[in-house]
Amino acid sequence: MGTRDFIRERFFPHMWCPGCGHGTVLNCLIRAVESLGLDKSQIVMASGIGCSARISGYVDFHSLHTLHGRALAFATGVKFSQPALTLIVPMGDGDALAIGGNHFIHAARRNIDVTAIVMNNRTYGMTGGQYSPMSLMGDCGTTAPMGTLERPFDAVKLATAAGATFVARTTTYHAREGISILKRAIAHKGFSMVEFLSQCPTQYGRRNGLADAPSMLEYFKTHTVPIGSEKAQEDPNILERGIFVDEDRPEYCESYAAMVQKMAPSSGDGGAL
Amino acid sequence: MKRPRLKEIVINRDWCKGCGLCIHFCPHCVLEEDAEGKAWAAHPERCTCCRLCELQCPELATEIIIEE
Repeated sequence: MGTRDFIRERFFPHMWCPGCGHGTVLNCLIRAVESLGLDKSQIVMASGIGCSARISGYVDFHSLHTLHGRALAFATGVKFSQPALTLIVPMGDGDALAIGGNHFIHAARRNIDVTAIVMNNRTYGMTGGQYSPMSLMGDCGTTAPMGTLERPFDAVKLATAAGATFVARTTTYHAREGISILKRAIAHKGFSMVEFLSQCPTQYGRRNGLADAPSMLEYFKTHTVPIGSEKAQEDPNILERGIFVDEDRPEYCESYAAMVQKMAPSSGDGGAL
Repeated sequence: MKRPRLKEIVINRDWCKGCGLCIHFCPHCVLEEDAEGKAWAAHPERCTCCRLCELQCPELATEIIIEE
């Protein structure tokens, strides 16, 4: 199968602005799925609201376009009732960490086998460029014309602290790395969180001195380093990329199935209850 | 491993929105902007089939076809 077999071509060209990083995330995602050899009829994509959430309309998987911030709750329901399916949840930074912040930490805590992709463009692009909980201190937005005073979340640290068993960060500049991280995340048994730094030249870039897609990708190239690089220790503006957490812990659906098994009536004794 | 040989660079003009990423990041300056601001393969002979343009393209408009 080719990459075109995983998209709904009738909806192309897509609705994202020229140079939007979300298209690159879609590009990397379908290549990861293709390379894993997954059956597209066994994949469910649940998304919330925002530019990022529109990705579920462009992939030829089962797709759910749900409530703002609640995609992980819907995905949890799907996974819990049909544990054999592969669940992928693309979210924007606001969708995942502001509106859906609670769903995010609790899905991570439960370690349910869902792959959450946080497409972090540091703004609310669809509604006009308001600053988000991932906007860096001093970043300008329509609601922060002089620069935001708030400190952003670190999605990697947040997911790690909440208990996610696979945590990674990459950028749309590092597309090859993005594909390999997405492959590992989807194959991982348990909650996976991939923070994908994505450019929004229209709403974020224009207000922050990076008016086109190439200059935003140049920024990702110069302001991210592989995990462990000394540069990240010396300069707080430089972010580390790579896989931060990859560990085995009992997965929620499996633990539940084991509980059901334990409680099921066994032959002879009339059951455990 | 044998070095891949380029057969064709296909750019879907209906999907390309002219963001310029492929032109900016191509390591061998294969692509250029046309009159409409969209990418076209001006120097395919320089292409080394690294496929960076294909993987980074936000529009899924670029395809590097390699000779079998």
